[in-house]
Amino acid sequence: MSDRDAAIVGIYEYPDRDVDGEVNPLQIKAACAAKALADAGLSWSDVDAIYDASEGGPMNGLTISEYFGISPTVIDTTGVGGSSYEFHAAHARRAIREGKCKVALLTYGSTAHSNAFAIGVGGRGGGGTSPVDNMESFAGQTLVSNYAMAARRHMFEFGTTSEQLAEISTATRYHAMRSPDAVRAMEDLEFIDIRETTIEDVVSSRMIADPLHLLECCMISDGGGAVVIASSEVARDCAKPPVWILGSGEATQYPTNGGSLTSSAAVQSGPIAFGEAGVSPSEIDIAMIYDSFSITVLTILEDLGFCGKGEGGSWVEGGRLRYDESGGPALNTDGGGLSSNHPGMRGIFLLIEAARQLRGESTSQVDGAKLAIAHGNGGMLGSRHTAGSIVLGGD
Amino acid sequence: MADRSPTRPLPNLSELDTAEFWRGTQANEFRYQQCANCDTIVWHPRAHCTGCVNGDLEWRVSAGAGVVYTFSVVRQSYHPFFRSQVPYIVALVDLDEGPRFLTNITGTTPEEMDVGMRVQIVWEEHEEVHIPLAKPM
Repeated sequence: MSDRDAAIVGIYEYPDRDVDGEVNPLQIKAACAAKALADAGLSWSDVDAIYDASEGGPMNGLTISEYFGISPTVIDTTGVGGSSYEFHAAHARRAIREGKCKVALLTYGSTAHSNAFAIGVGGRGGGGTSPVDNMESFAGQTLVSNYAMAARRHMFEFGTTSEQLAEISTATRYHAMRSPDAVRAMEDLEFIDIRETTIEDVVSSRMIADPLHLLECCMISDGGGAVVIASSEVARDCAKPPVWILGSGEATQYPTNGGSLTSSAAVQSGPIAFGEAGVSPSEIDIAMIYDSFSITVLTILEDLGFCGKGEGGSWVEGGRLRYDESGGPALNTDGGGLSSNHPGMRGIFLLIEAARQLRGESTSQVDGAKLAIAHGNGGMLGSRHTAGSIVLGGD
Repeated sequence: MADRSPTRPLPNLSELDTAEFWRGTQANEFRYQQCANCDTIVWHPRAHCTGCVNGDLEWRVSAGAGVVYTFSVVRQSYHPFFRSQVPYIVALVDLDEGPRFLTNITGTTPEEMDVGMRVQIVWEEHEEVHIPLAKPM
């Protein structure tokens, strides 16, 4: 088993998904940071490392330090989209192991819903200063159709069906209905007919970009969160049991001539993380996988080795991803981006719910959960993205 | 009064990596790069070879035929131009020479689309550039 030298000791998920313009992202970050530090039994003055995805703009390593009123000596503004927080956890562990810091603070805040920012179907404007934009923006690709192209290719190569992809949505909703915060999120965002869903519900919902239906697409919420990561000496004195970071992996993927859209950068990051942790996928109790869309999860389950490439469709059939079923890890037990929380960059919630499970605090608690993986996918599955894999273990 | 109807977003012709490609479109040429040193096909266009560090990129012209690697049908878009186009087809096309490019499939319906379909580039003409779309062969 991997060394236990850095642990998640404090967590907080902002409970409101519709702040109605009365709170800004910086305030959400600060509120979450204070609550996560309090959860750990720590305070602002204990923080000596700050991690920020720069969602607030450039120079955020400085901006956020001043706003919080802290004086960190490790400043890391790795911004790689929704997986940034898995990268931050990996980097924080490395910095702690090197002795450069003892208490690292990760925060996220967004008012994507209040801003009415059409993340999924906004499309892109004309031209641009990047060569990629200049070659692609004329085609009117939306974020949903980007992922849909990956789903279409998966169906073509492996016979995967919409009914199989819908298993991801129904398992996630099953967990969301057990979480009061997730149910309130769906109410506040005016979901219609809030209840457990069936495969038929998913495949008969409106098509957004073939072959992805509405109920295979994540919500756009407001929200945020914070995570505190500490050295083993600090962790031993914290208020809650430590959740150890056992392994990490990072990778990128981008379009290449003849490349595959049926696998993701998780093919690289997963084995590195599992190898470092000394853990195999079959031992994992909790799979927190970035569910921007159904296809994201199916692809990554295969890439991480829970089943073989192309076998994901039949493997997820029958509900094995539910917290109270055996035969597979419990998937996104907080309700996921599909049914609980997606303000644009969901990666921090993957760490938070994994930590809840390994502390025994989830609303869909898996009895005796000992090992979890948090896998963030940043950018777009169907073109260019980053992958961050973090294997976590209970105390 | 000028026509205010929204138009397709067009490329920025001063972007340095891709300017030569877009100049070629005025002659209905789909230009791509190949390295004279290591034969790597480089796409999208750029100034360096991704296959070797002694790169010597040369421009080639595609015959314009290829195959649909994957596609989607966009049913919902908030973009001022594309919202007027729904449903429309976006696809990745593998040209026979190697480059895989993102485009729209025209001259067919969503129901008739298939992965693996043979397609041919067709040019949508604008004042300063022509846009490479594709239609089934």
